[in-house]
Amino acid sequence: MLRFIGRRLLVAIPTLFVVVTAAFFMMRAAPGNPFSLDRKLPPAIERNLREKYGMNKPLPQQYLDYVGGVLKGDLGPSLKYRDKTVLGILKENYPVSLRLGLSAILLASIVGVSLGVLAAMRQNRSVDYGVMAVAILGVCVPTFVTAPLLVLGFASRLGWLPTAGWNGGALPNLVLPVTVLALPQIAIISRLTRAGMIEVLRSNYVRTARAKGLPEHRIVIRHALRAALLPLVSYLGPACAGLLTGSLVVERIFNLPGLGKFFVISALQRDYTVVMGMVIVYAGLILALNLVADLLYAVLDPRVRLA
Amino acid sequence: MSASILTPGSRRGADAMQRVVGRSLWDDARRRLKRNRAAMTGVVVLALLVLAALVGPYLSPYAYDQIDKTDVWVGPLQHGHLLGADALGRDLLVRLLMGLRVSLAIGLVATMVSLAIGVAWGAIAGYLGGRIDEAMMRIVDVLYSLPFIFFVILLMVTFGSNFILIFVAIGAVEWLTMSRIVRGQTLTLKHKEFVEAARAAGLGSSGVIARHIVPNLLGPVVVYVTLTIPAVILAESFLSFLGLGVQPPMASLGTLIATGASDMELAPWLLIFPSVVMVVTLMSFNFIGDGLRDAIDPKDR
Repeated sequence: MLRFIGRRLLVAIPTLFVVVTAAFFMMRAAPGNPFSLDRKLPPAIERNLREKYGMNKPLPQQYLDYVGGVLKGDLGPSLKYRDKTVLGILKENYPVSLRLGLSAILLASIVGVSLGVLAAMRQNRSVDYGVMAVAILGVCVPTFVTAPLLVLGFASRLGWLPTAGWNGGALPNLVLPVTVLALPQIAIISRLTRAGMIEVLRSNYVRTARAKGLPEHRIVIRHALRAALLPLVSYLGPACAGLLTGSLVVERIFNLPGLGKFFVISALQRDYTVVMGMVIVYAGLILALNLVADLLYAVLDPRVRLA
Repeated sequence: MSASILTPGSRRGADAMQRVVGRSLWDDARRRLKRNRAAMTGVVVLALLVLAALVGPYLSPYAYDQIDKTDVWVGPLQHGHLLGADALGRDLLVRLLMGLRVSLAIGLVATMVSLAIGVAWGAIAGYLGGRIDEAMMRIVDVLYSLPFIFFVILLMVTFGSNFILIFVAIGAVEWLTMSRIVRGQTLTLKHKEFVEAARAAGLGSSGVIARHIVPNLLGPVVVYVTLTIPAVILAESFLSFLGLGVQPPMASLGTLIATGASDMELAPWLLIFPSVVMVVTLMSFNFIGDGLRDAIDPKDR
């Protein structure tokens, strides 16, 4: 187990390093710089700014400085928000995205798996068709359609929930954004669970469990579900990374102070350090979650050997 | 394929046994697809949508960018606007048809870009194997770990936000999964007898890949393509929603939904009609994709 984790980290860390390097040079290759975009600065001031942020040095030197800083845990100052550091931005905004993302994943997993199991146990009957219809709809209705429609219905017209805002993460403010984020995931998770369950319910060991006379709920929960969740585990890794780093659309529509908007704004403004911070968080999460998914795989399926 | 025809006890299996001669894999798939009601509905609906997007704008008395101050925010069925008009008094129906045309075009072209890159990349990596395979797939891993939006914005700011670029940018991101699927298929194909035969006859690597590997990849690739098109349409709408995609006065389904969402309190039809068209389009692609998968690879049913 430990050896497996070690070996995977041995691959993941160089990958992260390559991602950071690629992102650094791609960002710098883009035309424009953080000081030239909105207002033309007097050359003297621009020169001073460049000097302050070390941007007057040759690019390879800047790269080495940056990587050195990251290794020491310093992601640098934001070039656009003059009084903030990248770590400060992460600390301030990441909890919002994290809370939103985790709630959505939790909701989606519980609802999605239950629906999937239900559909599989009643295959080709009305429950199954109903769940699959919901699943198709969930995949096809994008978040930027569901979000305004739900706001229009539940917030503007009925007035049950606030239309937007974070309000310290109060429950009523969470309901709509979390639902919107969870819906497409529910669709995919229920489809994956259903497909997995249908396959597993036909397998020999499930027949053995039936022959032993185990009650149906025990067969489904203890024996079948465990194997049926395998495809789900490999899907959830990358999906979580996307959700946990914030959803641009949902955060924008509900006006939430999450991390999502920094992906767009900082890249547009060439806020190099913030962009790099985002990339590191995102790529780190993807790699870490893939590792977790592989470990879970081994826990769920004893046939998989961690080698 | 033959396994499903020979399944004992299935009535269709018995029928198929009698006229099994001369039916290719694709004949079989077409037959199965035609029996799939959801997929056929998808085909018909999609055909109608494509027709409407191509012909519709010419039949409308309005132009998609025709501003009319007297028609600002008129509701559906008023002032001769079947679906109403927007904040500048532009006819929603004709804008919707233009937007659909743009979204479908982006879906198609970007998918072709991703198809070309993904198939070539995956087939070469899978066929050559060894170090080259390792390196090529590591590159895919790295690109996977970069946030999609970051990639697209970089392309946009480097080359300017023009129309063609949106196609290329999305296609350049969507090829990753395609290359993985193709590589996996290539790995199983390359040890087949017909590949060995071609090599024994003196065909080089590039010849084998182009003439023997790629044509035999078609099944899974076709399925994935029909699922990529809606993903691309979604991605484009997502970009347009963030203001990075199609620029006004040109419309796409994404820009229409974005403006509809901001005006929804005053003019809900501006949100509802484009949303419905978007959902119907995506659904028909998904139904066709699912149907094709069942038809080409029947073991998943």
